[in-house]
Amino acid sequence: MFSKTIAQLAIGLNKGEFSSCEITQSYLDRISAQDGKYNSYITVTPEQAMAQAKAADAVISAGNASIMTGIPIAHKDIFCTKGTRTSAGSKMLDNFIAPYDATLIEKFNAVNSVSLGKTNMDEFAMGSSNENSYYGAVTNPWGENRVPGGSSGGSAAAVAAQLAPAATGTDTGGSIRQPCALTNLSGIKPTYGRVSRFGMIAFASSLDQAGPIAKTAEDAAILLNVMAGFDHKDSTSADKPVSDYCASLNQPLAGLKIGLPKEFFSEDLNPQVAAQIQAAVKEYQSLGAQIKEISLPNTALSIPAYYIIAPAEASSNLSRFDGVRYGYRCESPVDLEDMYKRSRGEGFGSEVKRRILVGTYALSEGFYDAYYKKAQQIRRLIQQDYIKALKEVDVIMGPTTPQPAFKIGEKTSDPVEMYMEDIYTLSLNLAGLPGMSIPCGMVDGLPVGLQIIGNYFAEERLLNVAHMFQQATDWHKNTAPGL
Amino acid sequence: MEWEAVIGLEIHAQLATTTKIFSGASTAFGAQANTQACGIDLALPGTLPVFNTKALEMAVMFGTAIDAEISKTSVFDRKNYFYPDSPKGYQTSQLFYPIVGLGSLEIELSDGSTKQIGVTRAHLEEDAGKSLHDKFPSMTGIDLNRAGTPLLEIVSEPDMRSAEEAIAYAKKIHSIVTCIGICDGNMAEGSFRVDCNVSVRHKGDDKLGNRTETKNINSFRFIEKAIKGEIIRQIEILEDGGHIPQETRLYDAEKDQTRTMRSKEEANDYRYFPCPDLLPIVIEDDYIDAIRSKLPELPDAKKQRFIDQYQLNKKDAGVISSSTAQADYFEIVAKGIKDAKLAANWLLGEVAKTLNQNDLQISESPVDADALAALLIRIKDNTISVNAAKQVFEAMWNRQGSADQIIADKGLKQETDSGAIEKIVRDVIASSDKQVQQYIAAEPDKRGKMLGFFMGQIMKASKGKANPGQVQGLLKPILDSMCD
Repeated sequence: MFSKTIAQLAIGLNKGEFSSCEITQSYLDRISAQDGKYNSYITVTPEQAMAQAKAADAVISAGNASIMTGIPIAHKDIFCTKGTRTSAGSKMLDNFIAPYDATLIEKFNAVNSVSLGKTNMDEFAMGSSNENSYYGAVTNPWGENRVPGGSSGGSAAAVAAQLAPAATGTDTGGSIRQPCALTNLSGIKPTYGRVSRFGMIAFASSLDQAGPIAKTAEDAAILLNVMAGFDHKDSTSADKPVSDYCASLNQPLAGLKIGLPKEFFSEDLNPQVAAQIQAAVKEYQSLGAQIKEISLPNTALSIPAYYIIAPAEASSNLSRFDGVRYGYRCESPVDLEDMYKRSRGEGFGSEVKRRILVGTYALSEGFYDAYYKKAQQIRRLIQQDYIKALKEVDVIMGPTTPQPAFKIGEKTSDPVEMYMEDIYTLSLNLAGLPGMSIPCGMVDGLPVGLQIIGNYFAEERLLNVAHMFQQATDWHKNTAPGL
Repeated sequence: MEWEAVIGLEIHAQLATTTKIFSGASTAFGAQANTQACGIDLALPGTLPVFNTKALEMAVMFGTAIDAEISKTSVFDRKNYFYPDSPKGYQTSQLFYPIVGLGSLEIELSDGSTKQIGVTRAHLEEDAGKSLHDKFPSMTGIDLNRAGTPLLEIVSEPDMRSAEEAIAYAKKIHSIVTCIGICDGNMAEGSFRVDCNVSVRHKGDDKLGNRTETKNINSFRFIEKAIKGEIIRQIEILEDGGHIPQETRLYDAEKDQTRTMRSKEEANDYRYFPCPDLLPIVIEDDYIDAIRSKLPELPDAKKQRFIDQYQLNKKDAGVISSSTAQADYFEIVAKGIKDAKLAANWLLGEVAKTLNQNDLQISESPVDADALAALLIRIKDNTISVNAAKQVFEAMWNRQGSADQIIADKGLKQETDSGAIEKIVRDVIASSDKQVQQYIAAEPDKRGKMLGFFMGQIMKASKGKANPGQVQGLLKPILDSMCD
């Protein structure tokens, strides 16, 4: 049962092979038996899950089920869930019980999905290894001393360890795609504005976007069908019709034009990873695609631009965590300033503080033009590179990460080296474009992810391109050793 | 050497929307603390702002009313600072691209002269909550009901040179925002707050002196006092060879003086940047034109019309047109009695005086325009005298009934039956033999002055009800006939 995809579980539920209560209970039992090894969940909600499963079974027997009805999933602990702790991986919100549901949660509730619990993550989604969580690091099921990637590391580890059939994640600079690549999963970061951000705790508002983390592209499509859509509560959400992402999954790829940006295949890329990516590209050629080398000349600037814009927005977004209304407040403050300083000093972890400081500095009087404004100009250049390239090709492909999963603790001492982990993923968030990562090979027993980038609101096409690869290959079927 | 004050005002007008600028919570004043603050106003994690386009409409109304530039694209910025009544840790405002650009308006001064005052800009922003420092022992309470109330901050050029000009400008803005209905103008409730930037320099200098900003003054009288006091304070310091530090000051109405709130060195670096949660506001000419075409008659136009249509003098027309409620009241009365002069005299006299004594607005007057017209019509048709009318007005104010009821109840109706009046006249003459003889003995050109005695006696005898005109018309011919 635990190896089944959502699509397979939905068929079983529909045929009455098992009930939602049975699946949910099995997953809850498995989480309680196994998650000690991975630390992928911050909060498990068994009672709520069973109540939802029961309700879902009633909907199914009444014949009103949709494909997600009764399917248990896990949510990144960045989405507010009414009545349940929503921590964002931070001590600051360790005592925060959200009084409302995020729009994304409402949408899953509306189709009677079951929520198993809230998954671990880098604090406020800041990190590429899930080592920045107040609740401790998450272990990659593919290697007990390996990171699962971040910041949606808990979601990825939970799915890879078969502690949930699928999970939600968020991606500000690669936080869906990179963990998927490191755990052999399929995930998509949709176009900025495709999924509502309401109720998703903000890291960098102009970059944050929610998306699914799943075993297959087909499952990602099923989940995105639930998640996508305009939300009047999010002014930046796109008021555009949503496609049925499952409708054209099987469309043949003959004539597909794939662009390979030369900047994505530089010396920073692990040669073994490069070989896997090239092999995947060959596979696409055999499916009828045409390959073209392209250039995204400003790729190298994406790291400095991102590490100005994201911290700048974060420094402001995280100002609300001041100990006044909710969340962590220091013991016996002597005055207001003491309360602010100690509540924030004690409530935030070091990476969060580092980014608040960087962002505060970048926005300061006298530095704004040199940093923030310049970074925004670079952002436009990066966007233009992509727009130009996507006039010539249908999709762009490359590696998701420069190397497979690294060891826990390997990069914690050097933040810049950690930031380099996102070199291939950041630029997409800056441009607001959709991107996927799907399994495409193994290096030394660790998974490698292929990144597929498409035009604005071309999620349907991306999922089709990913799905056809998975029809022709079995990489996505690999499961972590020992499962 | 002569000193010159340079004054610029920043006016915060609370926009009269029913819900907040970025949330659906109510903006009503006076509710129990924190009952009008939703998750967005509390800045709960994950919440996002949604712009209330009613506030946009109101800002554009103001811009078109002063014929200012309206930005087709304006942008919300975050002004970052920590304070407990600012729940997000930033205020959403417009620094770089405000909705309203350069405009100007004309003020009129007491000597009848006029002056153009520039409006630099007007931008949309959200109000903060309130910190309650004296409600809880050793703690501060926070009330977020006001947090997120839409404000239009109207920034003037430093074009004013005296407290009088500043007051005239502030009153002009007040009359415009209330006339077009975007602000209730209630200064006591903080709906219209004024920050005064004041500096002084030697007359003829081009360079501006260091300025101080006195914040959040909530009455015209206090603005005047604060500015006058600040000008004197600065001149005294400079004449003693001192230096004016650039700082923010508070006006203490009880002590009638300003004091330092924070110096420039302590000032925050607000780290403004465009708010990534809100899209730029993009509007088209059609939108602006539609709003412009719906503007009501503005105070200046109204004033001119009152001069032309009702032959009011400039001063009365200016005062009456400064408030729409007052102007509407005036027009109902003037049309009702077909006598604009009488209507204006009563509105600016008896009505204004009584409102002032009771600290009421015209809209709260117990005597509405129709009721006043019903009273004044009784002066016009000689039913009552002006003095009696004042008595009636007082009774109406105290809600004792309509003008006609009160006239009847109090028996104030003038005697106009000429037979009855003639009888009283003849009775008084008959019983005033001595005075009649004096009248007859007097030179004819001195007799006029002697009528006063008879008038007094007749009015007394009639208990004040005899119509004085009719009495006069009868008295003199009778007395004169006795002289022949």
